Amino acid sequence: MNDTTRADPPTRRPATRADAPLLEIVGIDKSFGQSRILKGCSLDVRRGETVVLIGPSGSGKSTLLRCVNLLEPADGGDIFFEGANITGDFANAARIRREIGMVFQNFELFQHLSAAQNIMLAPMKVLGLSRADAHDVALDLLRKVRISDKADAFPDELSGGQQQRVAIARALAMKPKLMLYDEPTSALDPEMIREVLDVMADLSAEGMTSLVVTHEMGFARRAADKIVFMEDGRIVETASSEAFFGGSVNERAQRFLDQILH
Amino acid sequence: MMSLDLVFDYIVSPPFFHGAVLTLLITVTSLFFGVLAGLVIALMQETRSRPLQLFTLIYIWLFRGTPVLFQIIFIYNVLPSYGIRLSAFLSAVIALALNEGAYMAEILRSGLNAVKKGQRTAGLALGLTTSQVMRFIVLPQAARIVLPPMGNQMIGMLKTSALVSVIAVEELLLVANQTASASFRYLEALTAAGVYYLVLTTIFMALQAMLERSLDPKKRRRREKRPLLDRLLLATESADVR
Repeated sequence: MNDTTRADPPTRRPATRADAPLLEIVGIDKSFGQSRILKGCSLDVRRGETVVLIGPSGSGKSTLLRCVNLLEPADGGDIFFEGANITGDFANAARIRREIGMVFQNFELFQHLSAAQNIMLAPMKVLGLSRADAHDVALDLLRKVRISDKADAFPDELSGGQQQRVAIARALAMKPKLMLYDEPTSALDPEMIREVLDVMADLSAEGMTSLVVTHEMGFARRAADKIVFMEDGRIVETASSEAFFGGSVNERAQRFLDQILH
Repeated sequence: MMSLDLVFDYIVSPPFFHGAVLTLLITVTSLFFGVLAGLVIALMQETRSRPLQLFTLIYIWLFRGTPVLFQIIFIYNVLPSYGIRLSAFLSAVIALALNEGAYMAEILRSGLNAVKKGQRTAGLALGLTTSQVMRFIVLPQAARIVLPPMGNQMIGMLKTSALVSVIAVEELLLVANQTASASFRYLEALTAAGVYYLVLTTIFMALQAMLERSLDPKKRRRREKRPLLDRLLLATESADVR
């Protein structure tokens, strides 16, 4: 899926930064009016890594995610993607977003398009694929997310879990180098959470670089290489999955963990 | 007693036929420019520019706030004293189109607003440009939402067009009224005009039902054949729901 061996244009990645993380967030600040949402957040995501971002609601996790693909402008700090500083580069926002897939809490499938058409739209309009090629891509991806029989179904004919899997396929159709998941299972009924997490875990296992905001600690334990704990706009703890679940985390992270695990 | 023969004679007579054609022409032309004006106004409201927003506010305030009849008479009678001399037909179309634009703008704006913000965000996140998001994601969804109220406006315009008889445009109602005053056969002349109006509105309703069908991807996919009456009933149903 994610062809990490593909040669990048030389301008995008200076040779000196060849070993740099795929995504490097350095001291990001963000305010909405008077309230400071992000207070100097720093975070790395290396190629092939799955990083899970946890923390209480309102701690700024989603905002941090939306700063990465320039859906929100950061007020301060820098964001490097493939070694290039993309902070505030809104002139190239569309080109940068092509390479960063995003999955939303409410799926946001295009209501007027079938599952296959949802997946085909961006490859056709952005990458210039022919309808036939885009259709092949769509069917391949629907098979990958295990709903190949729903290609012609419209979003309101699909369950939440099915919609979210189509949304993941839609993001994958652009062959992104990085996937952002913004609470992808929070709007789902409990019995549908598993099917979505399974798809995500498979992708991570295949080496898809992912940054995941979630409360699903089972997924974190299964798929995460690194856990990042955020609270009140700050990154409080960054730990390897082993360290985190081995109990060697700071007190605040432990308290949050105890709360969501009951 | 009503003479059905006379009604039929009136219906097929050249003055009534021409009146009906003129009514249709005024309606279609005014609708075309009205939708165009509405679209421009609605898109102006979408911009962040204060002067443009102020302009749209004043436009809608003026044209929704005064009677159409007033606007027709105003454009036909007041503009000539400022050297702008327009034919009665042109005055009629301009007045109706400007008036329609104010209502269309509100309908279109509500349609654009009804497409959730998350749909645009999802389009942008895929790497589409703002205008691609508008064209491929927002407008197709807004079109389905605005069609029932737009159908109402279209049928309303057909009937509003009768008002332009006050500036001596030889449309259907004026022809019927003149014929009746000459022959004192009010019942027959007005029935003939009524038949024409009903035929025209029926055509508009069928057109609306066809458009709604073609914009609904699911109905299009099934390609089911429905009798016209069913489709008309369906169209009024969906118009009621919204």
